[in-house]
Amino acid sequence: MSEMTINLKIWRQKSIDDQGGFQTYQLSEVSEHMSFLEMLDVLNEKLIKEDIDPVEFDYDCREGICGSCNMVVNGSAHGPKRLTAVCQLHMRTYNDGDTIVIEPPRAAAFPVIRDLVVDRSALDRIIEVGGYVSVKTGAAPEANLIPVEQEVSNTAFDYATCIGCGACVAACPNSSAALFTGSKVAHLNSLPQGYPERKRRTIAMVDQMAKEGFGDCSNYGECEAVCPVGISISSIAEMRKSYIKAVL
Amino acid sequence: MKLDPKVPSGPLEEKWNRHLKDIKLVSPNNKRKHKVIVVGTGLAGASAAASLSELGYNVQTFCIQDSARRAHSISAQGGINAAKNYQNDGDSVWRLFYDTIKGGDYRSREANVYRLAENSNNIIDQAVAQGVPFGREYGGLLDNRSFGGAQVSRTFYSRGQTGQQLLLGAYQAMMKEVHNGKIESFTRHEMLDLVVVDGKARGIITRDLVNGTINKFEADAVVLCTGGYGNVFYLSTNAKNSNVTAAWRCHRRGAAFANPCFVQIHPTCIPVSGDYQSKLTLMSESLRNDGRVWVPRSKDDTRHPNEIPEEDRFYYLEEKYPSFGNLVPRDVASRNAKLVTDEGLGVGDSGLAVYLDFRDAIKRDGEDAIRAKYGNLFDMYQNITDENPYKQPMRIFPAVHYTMGGLWVDYNLMSNIPGLFVAGEANFSDHGANRLGASALMQGLSDGYFIIPYTIGDYIAGEDLKVVGTGHEAFSEAADKSQKQLDKLLAVKGDKTVIEFHRELGKIMWDKVGISRSKEGLESAIEEIRALREEFWQNVRVPGEANYYNKYLEFAARVADYFELAELMAIDALDRDESCGCHLRDEFQTEEGEALRNDEKYSFVSAWEFLGVNGKLETKLHKEDLNFEFVELKQRSYK
Repeated sequence: MSEMTINLKIWRQKSIDDQGGFQTYQLSEVSEHMSFLEMLDVLNEKLIKEDIDPVEFDYDCREGICGSCNMVVNGSAHGPKRLTAVCQLHMRTYNDGDTIVIEPPRAAAFPVIRDLVVDRSALDRIIEVGGYVSVKTGAAPEANLIPVEQEVSNTAFDYATCIGCGACVAACPNSSAALFTGSKVAHLNSLPQGYPERKRRTIAMVDQMAKEGFGDCSNYGECEAVCPVGISISSIAEMRKSYIKAVL
Repeated sequence: MKLDPKVPSGPLEEKWNRHLKDIKLVSPNNKRKHKVIVVGTGLAGASAAASLSELGYNVQTFCIQDSARRAHSISAQGGINAAKNYQNDGDSVWRLFYDTIKGGDYRSREANVYRLAENSNNIIDQAVAQGVPFGREYGGLLDNRSFGGAQVSRTFYSRGQTGQQLLLGAYQAMMKEVHNGKIESFTRHEMLDLVVVDGKARGIITRDLVNGTINKFEADAVVLCTGGYGNVFYLSTNAKNSNVTAAWRCHRRGAAFANPCFVQIHPTCIPVSGDYQSKLTLMSESLRNDGRVWVPRSKDDTRHPNEIPEEDRFYYLEEKYPSFGNLVPRDVASRNAKLVTDEGLGVGDSGLAVYLDFRDAIKRDGEDAIRAKYGNLFDMYQNITDENPYKQPMRIFPAVHYTMGGLWVDYNLMSNIPGLFVAGEANFSDHGANRLGASALMQGLSDGYFIIPYTIGDYIAGEDLKVVGTGHEAFSEAADKSQKQLDKLLAVKGDKTVIEFHRELGKIMWDKVGISRSKEGLESAIEEIRALREEFWQNVRVPGEANYYNKYLEFAARVADYFELAELMAIDALDRDESCGCHLRDEFQTEEGEALRNDEKYSFVSAWEFLGVNGKLETKLHKEDLNFEFVELKQRSYK
């Protein structure tokens, strides 16, 4: 097992009112089998012992599914590996002596709470206005009553797999949440269960996205490139089609 | 303490429906006058919150994550059981009930488990109506897969992300109600205490994790849906922030803690790679549908697994359990993995792993078919281990995964503190001494969508719940206590970090309160836990302050609770002089090494009452006898 020394340049910011800035740290004995977040755990243990406040960052499942982690590593949301959330990134991706720059995802709609932790509640508010099927508990018909073409169901799943991490926003030069919003619109609008509400849903979610301060989409495609679960930008096209049909 | 399970009388098939007929109702006009607090927004919490809100109650939800959608239910991979019998393989509510109660090794309540099986079909209907994209057949109808502990195919799935899709369905239903103004959602808020007034649960104390303020919230009922306590082992498949604090603080306020030693150790996880390891990753047990578990027959076999011929491979599950083979229940699979590695047959650098091999399935069905079923799991494995499971066997090892124990609840899912309801993994109900695969999602949603919404009405309608006001001294006392504990942790300023203490505690638990337990080991575990707890309060180093976002302070308070829970788990395991389900006491085994129950003496739920901590945990055992009217207790056999 080879061990590395890694140079870290990490964004430190005490609160939204603090200007913040980069701090550098050196960490030795980094194992190639460590996950990226385990490397930060080890750094924090060291900082705590040296009486320095540890680096705050969001994480929970560490399996790439909860969407809590979303830091920007060397300029790329979730780091260098395609289709990989940063919690699933391993230090074998790096070499001895490498310098790694770590920042929070930057967007006006994601105010910084502390260090790498940001407030992403704007994404919840987009779901709140229409990202659901309005069915009450107990009012559901027998599940096999409405057959759904396998291909349609599979496509809906591909959109539904979004983990809500906000990497798409961090990567977008416009800080647009179009991939996040589009994936939910495309998931629900494509299924017979979500079809009756498609117009209301699409308009409400698109409007909310603008209200929250996210920018518009201008087809850079950066969002798709960093998405850890591979949501296709076709979801944005689906959202636009739905929007046009809804407002016409 | 009085424990009345309140199981309705009558035939098993009619208990729940009769109960629903007898239950008191709150009129629509009155529902809006009542407030219900739901703590935790996983499957149980989100589904309960959405359903209660739809009924007209004012609901407040609390979660520690930055969004309700991130609760750990999101990580469940494999699937959810239901007795739809779509496969025409003879499934029924009775059979699902029977498999579940047998799988739990007859340590759960018959009536609860039957109701769970009854509700299972409604859950699938509800999820499909919400737009949950389950796997489907070419004809457009829902597909099923098989899971451990069952001989029928009844598991519904969304690729390897069933928990995610079901949780998003429940979360979206909850957000719909936030939009309707009936749910107020508090994220990044941690419950630190339960407020009890005149013997009834009347509110909670929370800490706003962003700015550190301690807040008081009043309600007519509190529903705790805060998940399990597997992280007491430090390494587990739980999310890093999953914790026992909310449940434990309720226990300290008088709620009985039931069967704390019943911990499920999942057989198919990725082995530990080093000391820095922060968590373990589970791979769905659905892999055992097609993967074959084996180790080399000889200890000294150092060949690459692909070079080990058939005759030198020990397919120990297939050989020992010919009728269930690789699909034996989780406890049996985990125990056998430990047995073969204890014999020195383990593989990998640490010797703490066994192979899970897809070679034959790939040969039979083709790589594409296997990729379609398990693609994301294979990718996850390859990403973590840097090995390609399409080309060589996976290495797997058991890891702590789920806790069947939890707060004691009656048939209405109410704890022994009136007004405190407990749902999902946080309660002890339904899974007995071992949970079958694809049952956790089922239970969380059954509790949240189809039980709590009715039983809370029954409670509220039957009580005279006057507003007490958060100025009441019970609120101030609880808030002060929470603040003081945090101040105390920060004041220690010792030398050892929270993580170091947690890791040490976890090692004691894994070695002595893990896959197999003995009287001697448990007695020494209790001593070690007490000593380490003393040291923790003398020497822990918590960085920073309490008035801003400080994750290590959150951890410190949670680890403090684990130290008390850990002792209770060891005490419970020591008290239970039998083996059952996941609880294997070395002293109580059949000649063939299977769990040997003692139904005469231990057919009860152990419910512990908290009395205090003074160097040692003061606790008192209460027993709820389990009466089996409808099933015959048998030695579980999967051979």
